Order: sequence, then structure tokens, then C-alpha cells
Amino acid sequence: MIGLEHYLTVAAALFVIGIFGIFVNRKNVIIILMSIELMLLAVNINLVAFSSFLGDLVGQVFTLFVLTVAAAEAAIGLAILVCFFRNRGTIAVEDVNVMKG
Amino acid sequence: MGFADFAFYLFAITVVTSGLFVVIARNPVHSVLWLILAFLSSAGLFVLLGAEFVAMLLIIVYVGAVAVLFLFVVMMLDVDFAELRGELAKFVPLAGLIGVILLMELALVFGVWETAENATALRDAVTPPLSETQNTAALGELIYTKYIYLFQAAGLILLVAMIGAIVLTLRHRVDIKRQDILSQIYRDPAEQMELKDVKPGQGL
Repeated sequence: MIGLEHYLTVAAALFVIGIFGIFVNRKNVIIILMSIELMLLAVNINLVAFSSFLGDLVGQVFTLFVLTVAAAEAAIGLAILVCFFRNRGTIAVEDVNVMKG
Repeated sequence: MGFADFAFYLFAITVVTSGLFVVIARNPVHSVLWLILAFLSSAGLFVLLGAEFVAMLLIIVYVGAVAVLFLFVVMMLDVDFAELRGELAKFVPLAGLIGVILLMELALVFGVWETAENATALRDAVTPPLSETQNTAALGELIYTKYIYLFQAAGLILLVAMIGAIVLTLRHRVDIKRQDILSQIYRDPAEQMELKDVKPGQGL
């Protein structure tokens, strides 16, 4: 029988993979953005799992808003990335110091 | 093991492995494709949990919009990704250490975690039984009544994101020809047209 713990384990694994991806791909900002999407997906799995097992629909409503914010964040992030690439000709984010004042 | 259990393990293993391949794939295009697989199989997990609307939304929004946006940007940018991945192995020990620590912390939390006694009494919107309302209808009744302001705020967030993305990526190029409607309107036929009297056999 599949319980809440199973879903929480999957979400935890996915979240840790997202963190791992951010630290492994320190230069490639596209993969970093994808890792953030993975982490948000893990959060969504947690919310929906609790919503389902506790019988409370608010978790799913919250998932909708997380989804909205994730979509907006991806759009803005990729727009900034395109802008950055036009100005610098590279997407290596390790040496971003344009605005160091 | 019933069919539901089998489906859960199938989707769960697919989510985790494709998530791992998103992170370690050599080619970013492959990363995006693995990301699409992760989204699809987590949509399967959501269906198993009885959240059909969120599952379909995940497919439409994430696979249909976000992942395609990623794919578009990855293919549009002319970047030498091999160079970016050059020192991947350098960061693996640190990243693995952080991952293991985080996993251990989550396990510690999981070890002492227990549901509060009055958790069921604190529910804000109890899921109606499936015989009464389906998931999508129940969610709709909740979003459009109780959470209408949050719903509008989500719409505003998307509007601001859209305007921001357009403003960031729009550029005015000077070296291309554009239509100038005002000058077209202000053209005077009397100035632009000239009548010539061509004599027979001579031409202009």
C-alpha cells in the first residue's frame, strides 16, 4: 500500500537532486534554472500529497499558485539570460560581476 | 502488488532518474527532454493522488510552455556548452556532500515528524467526496469563490512576467527598414506624381 511517506520520499529525492544540480552546474545557468524547476516540482509533489492524504483541497490551490510563479520565474529568468548573452556573448554565470559597483 | 502500486513505483523511479539526468546530461537539449519526462511522470503521480486538474495543468503549463521555452532558448543561444561543462567533475564532491547533508536533514525531520491531533479539524477546505463533485469542479468552486483575490494576483504576476520578458528581450535595431506610417499618410499626391507629355516617337 502506497502511503504519504512514499510520496514524501520521492519529493525529497527530487529536491536534493535539484540542489545537487545547482552546485554541480555552477557555470551553466540554463541547467541551474532547470534545477530550480525540479525543486519547485518537488514542492508541488509534497503539497499535492498532503492535500490528497489529509483531504484538504487548499494544497492543490497552493500548487496552482506555485505553478504560476514557476512559469513566471522561468520566463523572466530566460529573458534575463537572453539579454545577458546578447551583451556578453556567453552564459557563464560564475564570473558575473557587471554590477559590482 | 496492485496496479496502483506498480504505477506509483514506475512513475516515482522515472521522476527521480530523469531528474538526475536533467542535472548530469552532457547536452542541454537532452536535459530539457529529460525535464519533460520528469514533468510527465510527476503528472502521472498527481493522477494517482487524485489531483487530475493539477496533473493536466502540469502537462499544459510545464511541458507545453516552460519546457518548450527552455528548448527554444537552448537552441537559440549559440553557446559552446562543452566548454561550460569542462570542470563538472571539480564540483561533484562538494555538491554530493551538500546533497547528502540535506538528505540526512530531511531524514531527521522525517524521523520525528508526526501529524498533529487536531490536523483534520484544521482543514480549510475539505475535499468533497468523489460521488458528489469531481476534482476539477471542486477546485473551481474553491478558486473562484474563496481564493478569488489570490487567483487575480496570480493573473497579475503572469501579466508582469509577460511585460518584463518582452521589455527585456525587445531591442530596437537601427540597420533594418521599418514601415513609417506617418510619412505614408502625409505623402501628397501632387508632389509624388508628375505628368509628362511624351512626344510620339521620342520617348523621355
